[in-house]
Amino acid sequence: MNAVYLVFGIIIPYAALFIFVVGLVYRIVRWASSPVPFRIPTTCGQQKSLPWIKSKKIENPYNNAGVIGRMALEVLVFRSLLRNTKTELRRGIQKLVYKDSKLLWLGAFVFHWSLLIILLRHLRLFVEPVPAFVISLQRLDGLFQIMLPTLYITDILIVLALGYLLLRRMAGAQLRYISLFSDYFAVLLLLGIALSGIFMRYIFRVDLVSVKELALGVLSFHPSIPAAGIGLAFYVHLFLVCTLFAYFPFSKLVHMAGVFLSPTRNLANNSRMRRHINPWNYPVKVHTYQEWEDEFREHMKDAGLPLEKE
Amino acid sequence: MTDTTKKPEELLKLDYTPPKKGWMETPVDFKKGTYCYSAPQKHQEYLGLPYPRQWQPFDADWKLPENWKQIILEGMNDRLKKYRSFRLYMDICVRCGACADKCHFFIGTGDPKNMPVLRAELLRSVYRKYFTLGGKLFGKVGGARELTEDVLKEWYYYFYQCTECRRCSVFCPYGIDTCEITMMARDLLSLVGCNVGWVIEPASNCFRTGNHLGVPPHAFKDTLDFAIDEVEDLTGVKVEASVNRKGAELLFITPSADYFASPHWYTFLGYLMLFHEIGLDYTWSAYASEGGNFGLFHSAEMMKRLNAKMYAEAKRLGVKWILGGECGHMWRVVHQYMNTINGPADFLEEPVSPITGTKFENAKATKMVHICEFTADLIKNNKLKLDPSRNDHWKMTFHDSCNPARAMGLFEEPRYIIKNVCNNFYEMPENTIKEYTFCCGSGAGLGSDENLEMRLRGGLPRANAVKYVKEKHGVNLLTCICAIDRAVLPTLLQYWVPGVEVSGLHELVGNALVMKGEKERTTDMRGTPRKQEAK
Ligand code: HEM
Ligand code: SF4
Ligand code: SF4
Repeated sequence: MNAVYLVFGIIIPYAALFIFVVGLVYRIVRWASSPVPFRIPTTCGQQKSLPWIKSKKIENPYNNAGVIGRMALEVLVFRSLLRNTKTELRRGIQKLVYKDSKLLWLGAFVFHWSLLIILLRHLRLFVEPVPAFVISLQRLDGLFQIMLPTLYITDILIVLALGYLLLRRMAGAQLRYISLFSDYFAVLLLLGIALSGIFMRYIFRVDLVSVKELALGVLSFHPSIPAAGIGLAFYVHLFLVCTLFAYFPFSKLVHMAGVFLSPTRNLANNSRMRRHINPWNYPVKVHTYQEWEDEFREHMKDAGLPLEKE
Repeated sequence: MTDTTKKPEELLKLDYTPPKKGWMETPVDFKKGTYCYSAPQKHQEYLGLPYPRQWQPFDADWKLPENWKQIILEGMNDRLKKYRSFRLYMDICVRCGACADKCHFFIGTGDPKNMPVLRAELLRSVYRKYFTLGGKLFGKVGGARELTEDVLKEWYYYFYQCTECRRCSVFCPYGIDTCEITMMARDLLSLVGCNVGWVIEPASNCFRTGNHLGVPPHAFKDTLDFAIDEVEDLTGVKVEASVNRKGAELLFITPSADYFASPHWYTFLGYLMLFHEIGLDYTWSAYASEGGNFGLFHSAEMMKRLNAKMYAEAKRLGVKWILGGECGHMWRVVHQYMNTINGPADFLEEPVSPITGTKFENAKATKMVHICEFTADLIKNNKLKLDPSRNDHWKMTFHDSCNPARAMGLFEEPRYIIKNVCNNFYEMPENTIKEYTFCCGSGAGLGSDENLEMRLRGGLPRANAVKYVKEKHGVNLLTCICAIDRAVLPTLLQYWVPGVEVSGLHELVGNALVMKGEKERTTDMRGTPRKQEAK
């Protein structure tokens, strides 16, 4: 039995953590090592030009402050998804309509923020003493004290949001058509993690003191399996989390890091103000003025156009 | 339009529900009217492109080079190393579908492969197969597929069914720009000699003569003289314009369609009138006689080859800075690429308007100013005498062209000008203007006749919004600041919204401009009577 705990409690977590860190770093280094030859922001508002024309400093940033603002909005509130519309053709009147469609934004927003809050709450298991902000966060999240143990709002929200994202993928014909196996897998895995976590908390209780003992041991590189035993439910949860970590760098989940590098969003629209350098810019074959005049000289002379060489 | 063209009702039988069969199992079908012909061999040869040959997309055998697969995969590897955008956008799409119904080609066809996300997957699936562990291990389940001739044909079809308009990128939570992916795919296709005619022919013309239409310098001079006469007939004012004149203060560059096509012509006249009226010391160039750059629709290298003429000519002529005319993709190149690829322009001066003294701080490095920025500044400083009632026979709306909109953010300058040169201006619905603007459906090299059905389909969302303002406000003119728009929108509107004409913005400026010593104008430039007289 000890060997099994050793594998699931210590070896797999280390392996997963290793793959996660090395894989993610590899991914980022890979992206970063490809240069950005051209300055190609997608501009979503008025440019900065004449002083009396008001420019959109965030939707079309011309300096770093604007870019930071734009990126912050993208990462924190998913700005671009807020623009979403749904196209419909009213055939009778032959009219195209673009209806506001913010449900995807809501689902994505609720899921990601719940995930972040849940991850932060987990810090109480990894850090001793528990930081004050984690405790306040936990209080806030557990505002509805209708059950014992405290029911966390984010627990409910993340399951609802993931359920919506999954249903949306399965029910919408267009989305189903573009979806790959990995798209379902990512959502199912996250759902599995959330549900196993919830079960562990409310039904199959585990010994949190031992969990923390294990976690601190692993993180301080002095791993040991707690003598008290933790409970099967914990190992299921942990295994799913490890799967997620190991899967992360090889999947679309790397968008977490990639979003920061996207050149259509993270560059200022100032290419006429400041020269952008392309590190691999190379000379190309051009048709010079001389060659051109050589070909057309006679005609140009007749037409009275100025010439370099008579 | 030929009589074989389908009726609007037929094109409107659209279904946005994808078929049962998965997209990887659905091979491409080159239906007449929905794709572009390949490039003529002689133009490929003139530009020195690899594997020039005669072939057509509907041929079973594309006569690909023996090792085509290796060429493509090596090309991909190379571009993954050169473009962060490419590698990143291959990796991070979560297939959330936010971009799916934002593409005018999807809206106009219902073809799922026109959803930007699937368009990208056409390439991404190959990337996975050859460049990622997951794709190598899990194959189709991992979203990966083999690169085959069928896949290559599919690329040709769908990457020349994207106008690089960047609308999808506005809606994507990571800013994934399918335009970038299309650019990569076209570049790769070109490596094995698969190019479309409507990109390569103008590019080759431009390389040789200086402009897409292949107008030689003496013919350019002739048209200019002709235009000067026409302005005189119209206004009684003899304007002056020079070609290749050294020592002028500014060089003016505009797309060649402006001086060779209709309704562009009237915008051309508008420029001549405006520059004369303010006494601008400027010159045209017959060598850099093209603002547009079809190289952009081919590869970064071709773009640079064609664009090089602008700075080279400005330097040769010794001007202070460059003024650029109304054009969409031209401004993508000038604004986002030119200084990077062919700069630094240290032989030019930071642009200052010689009329108002305004410094164009926003163009101080590239040293090229957009005509709308220039004219808006003139109006703001009361340098022009304008009579907007001369445009009273028009009820107009404004079409934001993709590139000035989403690769620049030029929204208020043209609107400010419009409000000063005409009295009846109506915006199209919010979801279809400014950064949400819909493409004309024929940009990025797709504007050829054989591709007409696809162009009409791609233009549906734009036309539909025009129809809305036509029905609501009686709009009869769509004005725009792009030469491709002016070339293709008349056909499109005639088909979807008959009764709405197309113009450039400086045509309207020319109409409204009260010139010193002019005779009374009874018609606009097109010969249409002014409103008072029409009664
Ligand atoms: C900086 C951090 C992150 C940002 C800005 C971000 C942003 C987004 C956005 C905008 C979406 C698209 C909307 C959607 O499909 O729900 C999305 C999707 C998704 N994200 Fe994130 N994300 C981040 C981190 C993470 C992390 C850490 C995970 C999981 C471990 C994750 C898992 C997912 C999943 C599974 C989806 C797809 C949902 C679906 O299938 O519909 N994200 N993300
Ligand atoms: S919006 Fe962006 S992330 Fe979503 S499917 Fe489209 S390209 Fe992918
Ligand atoms: S760039 Fe424009 S044409 Fe191309 S996929 Fe995106 S929306 Fe469609």
